[in-house]
Amino acid sequence: MARKEMIAMLLAGGQGSRLGVLTNKVAKPAVAFGGKYRIIDFPLSNCINSGVDTVGVLTQYRPLRLNSHIGIGIPWDLDRNIGGVTVLPPYEKSENSEWYTGTANAIYQNIEYMESFHPEYVLILSGDHIYKMDYELMLDFHKTNGAEVTIAVMPVPMEEASRFGIMITDENRRITEFEEKPAQPRSNLASMGIYIFNWKTLKDALIEMAQEPALDFGKHVIPHCHQKGAPLYAYEFNGYWKDVGTLSSYWEANMELIDLVPEFNLYEEYWKIYTKSEIQPPQYFSSDSVVERSIIGEGTNVYGQVYNSVIGCGVEIGKGTVVRDSIIMSNTKLGENCEIYKAIVAEDVTIGDNVALGIGDEVPNETAPHIYNQGLVTVGEKSSIPSGVKVGKNTVIYGCTEESDYDNFYLPGGRTLVKAGE
Amino acid sequence: MQELSKKRAIGAMPIAGSYRSIDFTLSNMSNSHIHKVAVLTQYNARSLNEHLNSSKWWDFGRKQGGLSVLAPVVNADRSSWYRGTIDAIYQNIDFLKKSHEPYVVIAPADCVYKLNFNKVIAYHVENNADITVVCHEVEQGIDVERYGILALDDDGRIVEFDEKPLQAKTNLVSCGIYVVRRRFLIEMIELSAQEERYDFVRDILMRYKDVKKFCGYNMKEYWRNIASVEDYFGTNMDFLKPEVRDYFFRQYPDIYSKVDDLPPAKYNYGASVRNSLISSGCIVNGVVEDSVVFKKSYIGNNCVIKNSIILNDVYIGDDCYIENCIVESRDTIKAGSRYVGEDGKIRIVLERNDRYDM
Repeated sequence: MARKEMIAMLLAGGQGSRLGVLTNKVAKPAVAFGGKYRIIDFPLSNCINSGVDTVGVLTQYRPLRLNSHIGIGIPWDLDRNIGGVTVLPPYEKSENSEWYTGTANAIYQNIEYMESFHPEYVLILSGDHIYKMDYELMLDFHKTNGAEVTIAVMPVPMEEASRFGIMITDENRRITEFEEKPAQPRSNLASMGIYIFNWKTLKDALIEMAQEPALDFGKHVIPHCHQKGAPLYAYEFNGYWKDVGTLSSYWEANMELIDLVPEFNLYEEYWKIYTKSEIQPPQYFSSDSVVERSIIGEGTNVYGQVYNSVIGCGVEIGKGTVVRDSIIMSNTKLGENCEIYKAIVAEDVTIGDNVALGIGDEVPNETAPHIYNQGLVTVGEKSSIPSGVKVGKNTVIYGCTEESDYDNFYLPGGRTLVKAGE
Repeated sequence: MQELSKKRAIGAMPIAGSYRSIDFTLSNMSNSHIHKVAVLTQYNARSLNEHLNSSKWWDFGRKQGGLSVLAPVVNADRSSWYRGTIDAIYQNIDFLKKSHEPYVVIAPADCVYKLNFNKVIAYHVENNADITVVCHEVEQGIDVERYGILALDDDGRIVEFDEKPLQAKTNLVSCGIYVVRRRFLIEMIELSAQEERYDFVRDILMRYKDVKKFCGYNMKEYWRNIASVEDYFGTNMDFLKPEVRDYFFRQYPDIYSKVDDLPPAKYNYGASVRNSLISSGCIVNGVVEDSVVFKKSYIGNNCVIKNSIILNDVYIGDDCYIENCIVESRDTIKAGSRYVGEDGKIRIVLERNDRYDM
């Protein structure tokens, strides 16, 4: 019989629509981060580094990239005879087949998977945060306090607390009340969306609440457990934790990696972050290249200049091209004499020669100003931009664009250029 | 088919920033769909064993075949190191006898090349050869005296085979890669071992070349052996050429290596990198020109590295000057050091300072 003390369930089915065109074709956990990683690498690496070797990954939105990235879990040492990583998509049932309608509903639909490992504890994670955390310490806290549910929380500035789910605790960290995005927060302990449940507590709650539409942990399951009088505790986490849910926070988190000694340090000997590396050769710099304050992935060829940027693997940066304050993801090709300023260029993009991105003044984006802001130029994956084009700030480009899509080789600031079709 | 590769610890020599020399032969075998591979190790095999600790990277984790590492063993009637290449195979003759594949590819681990072994086997069969030797024409003027020198007749048959001659007659060198029928190999190895002859080149290839049919397969593509310091240095520097990188890194098929899970390379203020290769996990604060820097190296502020090879996990303190050097793996170079290989000679730097006692 298989038996695991704690198994993890990783919610990776969300689109992450606030990342705009970056998640048009991939789920948010599969979005590239920090040159060579994908966002899901962080929780997966945390699992194996914490001794959790059984992880169910719940997928729904655009799972192809995620599936091929995870494979059988070799990069994380999660290819196991017993346990390991299992991708769990929604499936058809003899009656009432449905998609995953909420975070807890997704877990509910996989009770059989969890049951097969006879766990004592289940760790619920989401696949869209950048952090390093030892879940074993959290489990110790859970056991010491005799908790049935432990919620990881982190202190946030009081003025930002109204954006989060807030936990109010007594002096022993036992949760007495919680508030979802309160106008007048009474505490600054924000839920990180990381939970440890006693398996029995979780199973009972899921079954009792099964009929609730869009069953959600924060909205339904946690209040339900609290109502029944289960001891809920808040585990305070004080390390680096970044929600990269918006384009601007995504850009900032990447830029923080290039600080001299970054707060989130990828170079630590212990707590390695693992990822699937398809490209292995070293990176090449030509004799007239310049590179400063940047991190660059494997197999990239730099013939131009790179400042304050995060560059992925297998990227080509042409002669005379200048890249500043930008994120260039893997396998993208930049032509010669381009100027790339404050841009997020996704994977497999082709940019011609003499292209300028991020010029002129800031104009609010015409279609989605809440997504495309901070002066960023966002280029979706597998797009192409023809030679000679100039592009303003707060713009977004997606699809294989041609000269005729631009007004006299110019896309003014704030414009959205999305070409339908493949 | 099955494989044997004779190895010196040289099989674990780092190449081109991210690879070990054995990766090239192992990847060629994997890409040629050879599923059963034995690596014969003996000399100082620790780093090689570490590198081969999983067969995943070359896709050799197979139920049928897979990767075996065969080191010399002591048993009731034998307790010696491998006395030569024949002896290495002879001591593992059971491995050959228990196999059922018709052909064996024998290849050294110290060469950098891409080769589809199936083409060599097809050539071997077509020529009805007993042994086929892969050979390569080196450029005029290159010192060939380290190699076996061949001369072929018009049908590709080897008519002359000189090992390390003082005066080479041709510029066709043996790559040390052989294709042979398994049963014929067992026969020759057992016969030679009985006669206490232990060297594959001298005691089989040269001794039998007139009575058996040995053919040469001329490989036209890039091939280099790394067994001397000059060749090792030159091979690494070849990867600064775009056509060499394109051939090995961009064109099908790929070369595979063990994945080290290192973060991307990082460049801080003051970094300047020109015509160089930098590998993952490096942190660069200084100037690097015309050099190859391997994984996980740290280059301090105001350093200048020119025309050098910095091997894995090297720490170079601030204000160092290094030119025409090979800096050995895991070295720690104190701040303000100066190492220069004079008169075009390559200097090998071995510095085992205490890294955290700055």
